[in-house]
Amino acid sequence: MKIQQGNSLWSDAWQRLKQNRMAYLSLWLLVVIFSACFILPMTPLIPDPDIQDLPNAFKGPSSGHILGQDQAGRDLLSRLLSGGQISLLVGFIATLISIVIGITYGAISGYKGGKTDGIMMRIVDVLYGLPFLILIILFSMLLSAVIKQHEATLIDDWSWPTPLVNLIVNILPLCLTIGLLGWYTMARVVRSQVLSTKKLEYVEAAVSLGLTHRNILFKQILPNLLGPIIVYTTLTIPGFILTEATLSFLGVGVQPPNSSWGIMLSEGANYLETQPRLLYIPSLVFSVTLLSLNFLGDGLRDALDPKASKD
Amino acid sequence: MLKTIINRMLQGVLVTFCLLTITFFLVRMMPGDALTNEKAMSPQVRQKNIEIFHLDKPQTVQYLYYWKNLLSGQMGYSSTKDQPVAKIISQSFPASAMLGILGMIIAVCIGIPAGIIAALKHNSLMDNGAMFVAMLGISVPSFVLGPLFAIFIATKVPFLKVAGWGDPFDWILPSLTLGLGTAAYLARITRAGMLDVLSQDYIRTAKAKGVSQFSIIRKHALKGGLIPSIAFLGPAFAMLITGSFVVETIFQVPGMGQHFVNSAKDRDYFLLQGMVLLFGGLIVIVNLAADILLAYLNPRLRDSL
Repeated sequence: MKIQQGNSLWSDAWQRLKQNRMAYLSLWLLVVIFSACFILPMTPLIPDPDIQDLPNAFKGPSSGHILGQDQAGRDLLSRLLSGGQISLLVGFIATLISIVIGITYGAISGYKGGKTDGIMMRIVDVLYGLPFLILIILFSMLLSAVIKQHEATLIDDWSWPTPLVNLIVNILPLCLTIGLLGWYTMARVVRSQVLSTKKLEYVEAAVSLGLTHRNILFKQILPNLLGPIIVYTTLTIPGFILTEATLSFLGVGVQPPNSSWGIMLSEGANYLETQPRLLYIPSLVFSVTLLSLNFLGDGLRDALDPKASKD
Repeated sequence: MLKTIINRMLQGVLVTFCLLTITFFLVRMMPGDALTNEKAMSPQVRQKNIEIFHLDKPQTVQYLYYWKNLLSGQMGYSSTKDQPVAKIISQSFPASAMLGILGMIIAVCIGIPAGIIAALKHNSLMDNGAMFVAMLGISVPSFVLGPLFAIFIATKVPFLKVAGWGDPFDWILPSLTLGLGTAAYLARITRAGMLDVLSQDYIRTAKAKGVSQFSIIRKHALKGGLIPSIAFLGPAFAMLITGSFVVETIFQVPGMGQHFVNSAKDRDYFLLQGMVLLFGGLIVIVNLAADILLAYLNPRLRDSL
């Protein structure tokens, strides 16, 4: 007689995700977009995004420039890909920062409970009331001003490569501000999960075995919350990519001539009546990326956390 | 109930206080200041600012004077516009307020009915279609939607303009651009809330008693089902305010959004402080109103907090 192999949570979830056509399609679309943004520019197929060619500005698609050239004659496709790198990097690094803070804060608050929990959550309530974008604009302006002051030191005295320093000066203020101000919801999600999980018998068993609090919280309880954390992380990324684009659109994010999707959209909007191509193409790629991330997040929620899905 | 409201109000005052304090010191930590601006201010304004706001004193002293002046109703002078901040606000507030109110009306009038209908026709073509459009609305930001509206609608319809804020027709496209994204969020939240309530036992009981579909929805489902949507109205309003910065730029609306971003860039301390006070205060007030409405709708919340 053969004992039937049980299904793990993850293989079950994978099966459910595959049945959700929109989410599955989104997953593959994202794989394509990511590889295009991060791998394609390393190949010789794609021209340098910063080479200007003013006589050929606004030139339509040609053999050397598949999507044509922009207002400075730069190759639109390579601008799009390098801009995508920046936008995606900001989205991911900011999300990483925010989930580390959010998980730690929420887990401690939920695990400690009682008065500590009350105070910690009241602080989150107050922070929640602060207008997110207003603070982000102010903080990122301050941080980029501070980092800019040290730009020369990094290049001259520490002899860091210029492109790396350029990248840091551009994206670090955004990643830090968005990440440092965007963790409240994650903290609330994790806290409520920890509150209910810590009452389960296996945690009681861990306590009676004399495990340390740190071990119980981070090794016993948190791994069980991976589902909600993954789901919420996936839904955070598109929000943060959107925040970066909004800041760049308003002129307080990534600074030209560096490219990001927000920059391309705001530049494209200037030529919308004469050269709508410059707006259409970045708009399409940007919206498809956000749409895919959102669909994937929704699909993951249905797959990993069937109780939370409202279908 | 009263205790909850007072509690919330105190929290709102605390939030506003924190916001103003953070802004005050943040903008002074940035390199450059209101007096060494590239757009040099006139000697009179400079003198006036130094006199009123004691810019030559340490920051903590300035901070105390700021509160003293604010509490006596003085918002200060704008160093770049050479005008009292109160005057700039009173000139640009009407356009922003109109845009915000219209955006909110569009968001509520499209989002909530769409969510209710999607929940009632659960898993139908209409539900799936509405939710796909809502997902589109969340993923297509206003700075994509706005220019697209300008190209495809404003250039085709004779009485609509690509940009400007003259006659009431000019209000249509900016407020649609602003409101549709929020409508999409509201539709998703409303649908989830309604689905949750519609699967409750008391709805099934009402159905079994033979109550008509219409009165089940009106009398039993709506009050509970709309709670998440009402709770979202506060954040939705904050979204609209920050969204209006972008929409005002796209359609060249003479509102407060430009002043906010520019005053931070130009280190125009008092204009920025005035903008933050106004935006932050509005968000706090709307959050408070949404909380009170929520407590009215949901008896379980009345004694919490």
